Amino acid sequence: MTDTTTNPPGAGMGAPTRSGDDPRNTASKGTRVFGILSLIGIGWLVALGLGLSPDDQTQGDLVRLMYVHVPSAWLAYLSFGVTAMGSIMYLWKRSEWWDLVAASSAEIGVLFTGLALVTGMIWGRPTWGSYWEWGDARLVTTLVLFLMFLGYLAVRRIPADTHVRSRRSAIVALIAVVDIPLVHFSVKWWRTLHQEATVLSSDFDPKIDDLMLFTLMVGLVVFTLVYVWFMLHRFRVAWLEEQLLDHSLADAIEARRAEAVGTGATT
Amino acid sequence: MADGTFVNDAALVAAKDLRLELRSRVAVSQVVPFAVLLLVIFGFALDGDQTTLQRLTSGLYWVAVLFAAVLIVQRAFAVESDDGVRDALRLAGMRPASVFVGKAGAIFVQLIVLEVLLGVGVAVFFGTTLTGWGLLIASAVVAAAGISAAGTLYGVLTAGLRVKESLLPMLLLPVLAPVLIGATRAMGAALGDVAVDGWSWFNFLAIFALIYVALGLFAFGPLLEES
Amino acid sequence: MVSETVISLRGVVALLGRFPALARLDLDVDAGEIVLVRGPNGAGKSTLLRVCAGLVPVDSGNARVLGHDLRADRRVIRRSVGYLGHDTGLYADLTVRDNVRFWARATGASGADADAAMVRLDLDTRLADIIVARLSAGQRRRVGLAVLLAQRPKVWLLDEPHAALDENGRDVLDEVLRQAAAGGAAVLVASHDHGRAEQLAHRSVSLAGGHVHSVREPGGTGVFGG
Repeated sequence: MTDTTTNPPGAGMGAPTRSGDDPRNTASKGTRVFGILSLIGIGWLVALGLGLSPDDQTQGDLVRLMYVHVPSAWLAYLSFGVTAMGSIMYLWKRSEWWDLVAASSAEIGVLFTGLALVTGMIWGRPTWGSYWEWGDARLVTTLVLFLMFLGYLAVRRIPADTHVRSRRSAIVALIAVVDIPLVHFSVKWWRTLHQEATVLSSDFDPKIDDLMLFTLMVGLVVFTLVYVWFMLHRFRVAWLEEQLLDHSLADAIEARRAEAVGTGATT
Repeated sequence: MADGTFVNDAALVAAKDLRLELRSRVAVSQVVPFAVLLLVIFGFALDGDQTTLQRLTSGLYWVAVLFAAVLIVQRAFAVESDDGVRDALRLAGMRPASVFVGKAGAIFVQLIVLEVLLGVGVAVFFGTTLTGWGLLIASAVVAAAGISAAGTLYGVLTAGLRVKESLLPMLLLPVLAPVLIGATRAMGAALGDVAVDGWSWFNFLAIFALIYVALGLFAFGPLLEES
Repeated sequence: MVSETVISLRGVVALLGRFPALARLDLDVDAGEIVLVRGPNGAGKSTLLRVCAGLVPVDSGNARVLGHDLRADRRVIRRSVGYLGHDTGLYADLTVRDNVRFWARATGASGADADAAMVRLDLDTRLADIIVARLSAGQRRRVGLAVLLAQRPKVWLLDEPHAALDENGRDVLDEVLRQAAAGGAAVLVASHDHGRAEQLAHRSVSLAGGHVHSVREPGGTGVFGG
């Protein structure tokens, strides 16, 4: 990689080269706005989810888990989608910028995928009578997604040249993208061709009250804000790390050439 | 000029890998016994109960195939990472896509042999009566194709890495989850254990194989290149 | 003999990770020329050979081999060069004959070329059917050389080729390289073994700090470019 690389396409994602930002810090105007909005939103979601919204007729208070579970699952797939897009864009444009987008999104994704799984299991225990239900294609697919995220991050941790690492992990992400629909389809088909799936198809669409629907929407928006907030910070950390390492190729070349002096390397 | 055709190069690589196996006999002397050992272990774990084992034959069979496949893939790429072979492969100027087809082809052949032997294994140790031969063979063949294609991709990715032993199964097995489900269902249908349409699972496995062959043709080159 | 520049490097920078192993290196090698690359450990000798082979990417600078741009047509260049590194690139579980035949065919040579190369390096009799894992380092190097010979490259890139070879092996190696050069190939040899390699070379360049530090042209042995 040379020192001329990677102008952020569309200048989005708060690339820390913009003026006015402290280069030693991952905060910027953007992160502050998203941070404050996220925190306010979380407060609001807690009030709505735990207080203002009504119980469900059949599920009782259990339905409140939905306000965390559904947004987490949404973020799991959103971040996976962003990782996939970043990887494909990397393979196309060969810009480290996209690779770092993919990597940052995967780290946040693994967190929310885990959260979606845990809340799903907690919800499943009283509803299905067991933490796990193999017939629920979404749950099983999310688990496989979680494992693939872990694999992706494991590949990223292997020490390698930047571009080797980027290319390798982009392809791992690409393989996962192609696989996820196959997993979903096979699990769904596997169980529906069996018998017991009918009971389960109704999992998260009970008769939804207006306020419940509103709370759910707030949850989705708030979680998305949190995702963007985390992404900005995580991306900037990754970016600064790259900058630090990449700092000056020109100096490195001069230092390298200077090795010839005093080595006695005369003929 | 090295400009053999695509097929020639692929055949050259596959023949080389199969010859390597004939000389070293790693698959025959280690992988096959390991796979059979798995069947025996299933027997111990499930109380040696023939009825249970027969009912679960298709699942146990494919678990054994998958685990053994991981070893076959690992072996196939261990040989490519000794002593500068990877450099030599890159220098040879063969199209990466044909190297992919050659490597996957040799793995495919070994998997087919393994599947046949494991078929004999379940018949002997579990007392399973093999029926529905058409579906049984067809689905085993397309499943092997899918496993070899995905395995070859991850094999080249992990080749030569210090963490390859644990990384390869961690990456490969989740990706092969649909193959495990599909192949188990298809075999269950062939054996008459489950009342499902096995041929639609055959189609599913074929689609999986096609997708991963296509992905391999595209992605093998970049993976071979600098990793 | 017509002086045709086969390798032409101008201000080449090549990175290993983020380390500039080659730092603005300039070098020309002509057809028919044998050039010795000298220098202390870590001077960039091996990287230079690997860059010329298209194994290490050029980060910046102008680099052409056989008229092709190293940054654009690495694949074309790779199959026209013969590279023998510290590792010989052989399958340990295949026999000598299997290896030479496989690599000859993989690089586009014929089975007959492979057999001829084995005869030339005295591998066709006793060693032919022994697996490479059983060979000594010197014997492996002979096999690696046989692969190159079968391939008949226009550019030979050899990293410490004399190491591990016995006297007879070195004689054969020198003869093979002289003949290749006489046939118009460009030969680049990195070596510590100055005595032997200097007799062989038409010219020697000294590498230090990732660039060519000095050039020496021993009295009128051969053909010269830059």
